[in-house]
Amino acid sequence: MNARVKHVELHADDDGLAPGEVMLKLDNVSLSFGGVKAISDISFDIRKGEIRAIIGPNGAGKTSMLNVINGFYHPQQGVITFRGKARSRMQPYEAAASGIARTFQNVALFKGMSTLDNIMSGRTLKMHKNFFWQVLNVGPARDEEIEHRLKVEEIIDFLEIQHIRKTPVGKLPYGLQKRVELGRALAMEPDLLLLDEPMAGMNLEEKEDMSRFILDVNNQMGTTIALIEHDMGVVMDISDRVVVLDYGRKIGDGTPDEVKNNQDVIDAYLGVSH
Amino acid sequence: MEATGVTAGGKPVTFPQYLLLNAKRFATRPAMRIKDYGIWQTWSWSEQRDEIRDLALGLQAMGLEEGDRIAIVGSNRPRLYWAFCAAQSLKAIPVPVYADSVADEIAYVLNHAGVRFAIVQDQEQVDKLQSVAEDIPGLTDIIYDEPRGLRDYDHTHLHDFATIQEKGRQASASNKALVTDWEERIRASDGSEISAILYTSGTTGRSKGVMLTAAASVKAAEDTAKFDHMTENDEVLAYLPLAWVGDHYLNYAQGYAVGLCMSCPESPETVSQNLREIGPTFYFAPPRVFEGLLTSVMIRMEDASRIKKWLFDHYLAVAKKHGERILEGRPVPLSARISYWLGDKLIYGPLRNVLGFTRIRTAYTAGEAIGPDLFSFFRSLGINLKQLYGQTEAFLYVTAQKDGDVRPDTVGPAAPDVEIRIAENGEVQFRSPGMFTGYYGDEEKTKETMTPDGWVMTGDAGIFDAEGHLKIIDRAKDVGKLTTGALYAPKYIENKLKFFPNIKEAVAFGNGRDFVAVFLNIDLTAVGNWAERNNISYGSYQELAGLPQIYEMMAAHVDQVNRDLAAEPMMAGAQIKRFLVLHKELEADDGELTRTQKVRRGFIAERFEPLIEALYNGSTEQFIETDMTFEDGRKGVIRATVKVADAKTHPAVETLPEAAE
Repeated sequence: MNARVKHVELHADDDGLAPGEVMLKLDNVSLSFGGVKAISDISFDIRKGEIRAIIGPNGAGKTSMLNVINGFYHPQQGVITFRGKARSRMQPYEAAASGIARTFQNVALFKGMSTLDNIMSGRTLKMHKNFFWQVLNVGPARDEEIEHRLKVEEIIDFLEIQHIRKTPVGKLPYGLQKRVELGRALAMEPDLLLLDEPMAGMNLEEKEDMSRFILDVNNQMGTTIALIEHDMGVVMDISDRVVVLDYGRKIGDGTPDEVKNNQDVIDAYLGVSH
Repeated sequence: MEATGVTAGGKPVTFPQYLLLNAKRFATRPAMRIKDYGIWQTWSWSEQRDEIRDLALGLQAMGLEEGDRIAIVGSNRPRLYWAFCAAQSLKAIPVPVYADSVADEIAYVLNHAGVRFAIVQDQEQVDKLQSVAEDIPGLTDIIYDEPRGLRDYDHTHLHDFATIQEKGRQASASNKALVTDWEERIRASDGSEISAILYTSGTTGRSKGVMLTAAASVKAAEDTAKFDHMTENDEVLAYLPLAWVGDHYLNYAQGYAVGLCMSCPESPETVSQNLREIGPTFYFAPPRVFEGLLTSVMIRMEDASRIKKWLFDHYLAVAKKHGERILEGRPVPLSARISYWLGDKLIYGPLRNVLGFTRIRTAYTAGEAIGPDLFSFFRSLGINLKQLYGQTEAFLYVTAQKDGDVRPDTVGPAAPDVEIRIAENGEVQFRSPGMFTGYYGDEEKTKETMTPDGWVMTGDAGIFDAEGHLKIIDRAKDVGKLTTGALYAPKYIENKLKFFPNIKEAVAFGNGRDFVAVFLNIDLTAVGNWAERNNISYGSYQELAGLPQIYEMMAAHVDQVNRDLAAEPMMAGAQIKRFLVLHKELEADDGELTRTQKVRRGFIAERFEPLIEALYNGSTEQFIETDMTFEDGRKGVIRATVKVADAKTHPAVETLPEAAE
């Protein structure tokens, strides 16, 4: 880092909430597909500035939970309150516009595009000049592009992926693709970042790197993070609070230590003898 | 030494004096670049002077005084290079430390050098230093370049580089005299102060602090820069470890002496891309880097279309035949010239471009013997690759090859103003302008290394050939004898093995034993690619290394080496009788290699003792358990049953048989 380039600060928008205030609240939310109850009667909240983990055995309803939060699924019952306002039926892009970004369990990048372009695509919602201006690539449109590129470069620097800036992401190893995907989500400068198994399929070193990045995002950009993760070591290390799901029900909620000593959680993970 | 300086009208004798001179004579010319946020940022010499001055005055305000040692830890970053000059301008002594050293190694060096301040690159280094802070009682303050992740650290004794510079800027703004005082102090120096303490990589035991004086360092740099006709128009890419004498000499010292432009890569992973973008005119790389380049070129050509492959092979053969002669300006038939010209347009030019070698005027390699084929490959492409032989104690150059008088098996004649003699035991000794004044805080070691009449003992065994070119055989103390009485030079054998692309590392044993036996490390890139092409699947290095096909391949290589050895009367008695392929790669983190990637034979012998026994007691396999350190610092154990194979030896050949015509 040096003083030559204007240092651009990436940070979550100021939404008037103080750290620790409830940002997102779910009250008695239920979701079913036909006869299958994916989520039944779940309530919990996410506070500004925290790292909130959602854990649970396979099929517990974790990903459904994220999909509900970012408006991809619409719960049949219950109320979701985001920044103090009860949310009506919303589309994913509306969620994105309101400051919620996410990554996916299976990497969902544009495989043929470069790392740079993929992350740049995360800035789409922040572009104000219309298509024709951008095609002309002059004046204000050009300035805007430069401004966005600077933010994207900041992210590339942050995630230490300078060496793959121009590489098509399809060619990259899985661990790096995950990092690019995180980069794209960060490009939105979200208030709430949803990470669906950010460390699945990674080796120990990659997991450590990713943990570091998640902590840094939370710490430096002030982004609130909700993550689903299977690696208990990672979850217990980096999260502030953990909610545990099993068969669509909430069976535990609290700090990592509380959750670790919760008998229901232990039973769900280790099984109970009958 | 007489007092000279910029104002005195004489030649500069310190690097800060050169800084002032360059800021005047090359004020607007580029001095330093780094790629940041995807864009190359440039500082001119006058801007560089200002950056260094701000830092120096900031350090002065912090209380840095003449003679204080200041550690510099990190990769190649402009600010760390400025730290060298800023410290030197106050007559403080910079002590660079290898950035990938583990905390204990750093603690040893910092404590030994008695540093007061440390300027480090980032959070990683800050964490390392803080973890061993108790072992370095002298260290009071740490200054970091990159603030990332350090926001919540306690900043009582931790400072951002930018705030130190700001402090210097404010001090000089409120008191203009500070600036003139600073320049006056620089000009007043007679160059007799210690300019830097460079710690050796520690091939044998703990590293030693080599003290170099300013005037000697400057003189050495001027000599070699003139030798290679370097000017302010030259460009270099600084990518080698900052703490290594080669980087400090070739980039910093020569850079200041001629006023060239130094570029720093964006990150260690982007070096090859940055090389292409910058297109340096002067380049240094150890043989293993050239080896890696050749391997990657060859591997990529395997996947090329047939036409391209044919063109490549055809014109490479042309280059092999005539390329070096053309480079050296020796007579070549016209038809060959035309063919080479075509090849240059079609293959060599584009290839040089891909490697980032388009503008190279001078390239050097040193540190290890380079394979003749490898060496010729790059030269035949029109790259003026040469060899030098150097030492930290000499501030690099002892010998260097002249343009047009280059060969693969020697390291050239003595460099300008260097005297060399061979002692009775075969050891190379030298006196040179850049010669060190002693090891810091270690009179004993200094006496062991310097002869009473002022020559430095290199510890390398060498011979002069008929034209006065020096040939290094091995470390003097490693040259031994077998029980048969045959001369045994382990490195000579290891190097012959390592010239095969499939062999990454070799360790030979034999001193005081009945015959020579070797450990081999396969090269995972080359052999892995071979395995892929031959549909051989493997899960790990360990598994691949143990495959019978690999043993067959290695046996063929060992056999070839034995044939070569048989052809040399001196070496014929030391052919390889048995070998094995190690179950793990040799790593610096496990102490098996030095930080400059040289094998530590004694340590390896101790660590793999059961395997050595197996080599000499005739068994065909041996179980071994080895501790190892993972990249994250955790320790683990690796278990394996390693096979031992026999090799064919050949009768000594007195003279090479003539090819039957």
